[in-house]
Amino acid sequence: MNIVVLVKQVPDTAAERTLSEADHTLDRENADLVLDEINERAAEEALMLKETVGAEVTVVSMGPGSALDAIRKVLAMGADRGIHICDDRLRGTDVVTTAKVLAAAVRTVEDVDLVLAGNATTDGQASAVPAIVADLLGLPQLTHARELTVDAGRVRAEREAENGEATLDAPLPALVSVTEKINEPRYPSFKGIMAAKRKPVETVDLDDLFPDVDDTGLLVSRTHVMEAVPRPARAAGIRVTDDGSAGRRLVDYLIAQKLV
Amino acid sequence: MPDVLVLVDHDGERVHKSTYELLTAARRLGDPAAVVVGTPGTAARLKEALARHGATSVYAAESPEAGEFLSTPAVDALELAVREVSPAAVLVSATTDGKEVAGRLAARLDAGLLVDAVDLDSSGVATQVVFGGSYTVRSQVTHGLPVIAVRPGSFESEERPVEAGERQLALPPVDRAASARITARRAVLAGDRPELTEATVVVSGGRGVAGADGFKVVEELADALRGAVGASRAAVDAGYYPHQYQVGQTGKSVSPQLYIALGISGAIQHLAGMRTSKTIVAVNKDPEAPILELADYAVVGDLFAVAPQLAQEVAARREAG
Ligand SMILES: Cc1cc2nc3c(=O)[nH]c(=O)nc-3n(C[C@H](O)[C@H](O)[C@H](O)COP(=O)(O)OP(=O)(O)OC[C@H]3O[C@@H](n4cnc5c(N)ncnc54)[C@H](O)[C@@H]3O)c2cc1C
Repeated sequence: MNIVVLVKQVPDTAAERTLSEADHTLDRENADLVLDEINERAAEEALMLKETVGAEVTVVSMGPGSALDAIRKVLAMGADRGIHICDDRLRGTDVVTTAKVLAAAVRTVEDVDLVLAGNATTDGQASAVPAIVADLLGLPQLTHARELTVDAGRVRAEREAENGEATLDAPLPALVSVTEKINEPRYPSFKGIMAAKRKPVETVDLDDLFPDVDDTGLLVSRTHVMEAVPRPARAAGIRVTDDGSAGRRLVDYLIAQKLV
Repeated sequence: MPDVLVLVDHDGERVHKSTYELLTAARRLGDPAAVVVGTPGTAARLKEALARHGATSVYAAESPEAGEFLSTPAVDALELAVREVSPAAVLVSATTDGKEVAGRLAARLDAGLLVDAVDLDSSGVATQVVFGGSYTVRSQVTHGLPVIAVRPGSFESEERPVEAGERQLALPPVDRAASARITARRAVLAGDRPELTEATVVVSGGRGVAGADGFKVVEELADALRGAVGASRAAVDAGYYPHQYQVGQTGKSVSPQLYIALGISGAIQHLAGMRTSKTIVAVNKDPEAPILELADYAVVGDLFAVAPQLAQEVAARREAG
């Protein structure tokens, strides 16, 4: 089986994230960058399938030079090879272009059976890229999976959304996005980290992925950020220490605020 | 006025409130036209409610298998409707399903996609709140049709009765090799509580609730305030409350009138999902807990004392008048 895992390097959410003044894109220089934790679980799911049914696992990431760290981490966990999409022209791309580029990279891998991704990344939050990649590749989307089974050429997933849970079923090839509840990712071993250094990583740019298209069509920006304003920090309000009557006093406040 | 297509969220019998909000939002840009995707007869059942909320036309994209496949029928229906109507914009709710439908539609049409809009002006400029509430951003679609996913709860739903015309859209058969079939559904057992992302009051419990049993205190307060229950990730991870109620960066974003945090420390990833709430109340026994710093009303105290007293008092005041 051939599995492709899509991963992204994101700023650590425990640290402050800022937008650059010039073009309102993420200020990467001042961010602490890590492999997105949900993507890490997608990688874990791929590696579990590798162990149970046998698979060649290719990890794909789009991003600047530093994204190689995210790829190496997944290789250290046990993936076989990497594709790093690195092109300055991709700085600040929108959701649709991101998905187009990722889909093109998946197409360079032969006979893909399964594409795995995280259901969201902690920076973008659009939560739409996996579904778009599936649409572009003509694959069924089994997104927001908290459980996944691959068997006899079919894939089944337990989907979790705000309106309830659903069981999804589709033939392979398919795309699955996983939620953070699907597994606990493994830590790369020392041996894995050493081995990762020798695993092949191919670096590609837009000309490699879209040899026949001129990039003006692909890279046209469909949206424009006109303004980005930091929101004022919330100031502390009233503070009381419970003396046995805090609940009763709180009601007066809620009534005064017309919240009850 | 140009038409603005609105994808209808429904359960077959009832239109979801978020759709009425979309109809309100759509009126800023043009005449709202509703697209109903469902089994035959669905649009006829929903038409009156949609017309009452201002839908000037109702497009019925119906087929027996429409409800059987994830997202694809909705994407196909909107694509068909766009080609037929040439709308000024397409609006969907920024739910899990809605964001995926919006994305796929935008890719097929080479359209401009804006996700999680909390406001919209008459020129189509959308306001979004990013990075867990730390920035307000205003963006615009500059190329192609604007496809905008609007966050539930951002607009007031309004009644605006009109005469709605009904038209059929012929859904193509679903390509089974390219679509996931839904073989079973389990509704979230929310009881009578409002949906988390739509609720005007949310009461959330954290690790401080100390167990699944402890969540009864959270539920009782939520019920007294007619609100929804939420949970921190630590509470979910510990098995105190089901995952779909997680509020935060990797859970749901909520923006209610009132958010009450019980036994939640206020980690940045939790704040990311609730910082835009209008009023925040926090109860925590640790005076150093970060959530107390941004609460409009902070109680340093034991949640097991404060929350039940509050619930009782609310009930008593309601009864009194
Ligand atoms: C990438 C990433 C994504 C994340 N996403 C989310 C997310 O979506 N949502 C989320 O919530 N977290 C998320 N987290 C986890 C987050 O960092 C915190 O670990 C989590 O929010 C802590 O939950 P808590 O406040 O319930 O628990 P704790 O931090 O353990 O706090 C419990 C609090 O309860 C108080 N307490 C204890 N007993 C009582 C009592 N009897 N009465 C009153 N107070 C009491 C304590 O003083 C303490 O402040 C994420 C983390 C990462 C790394």
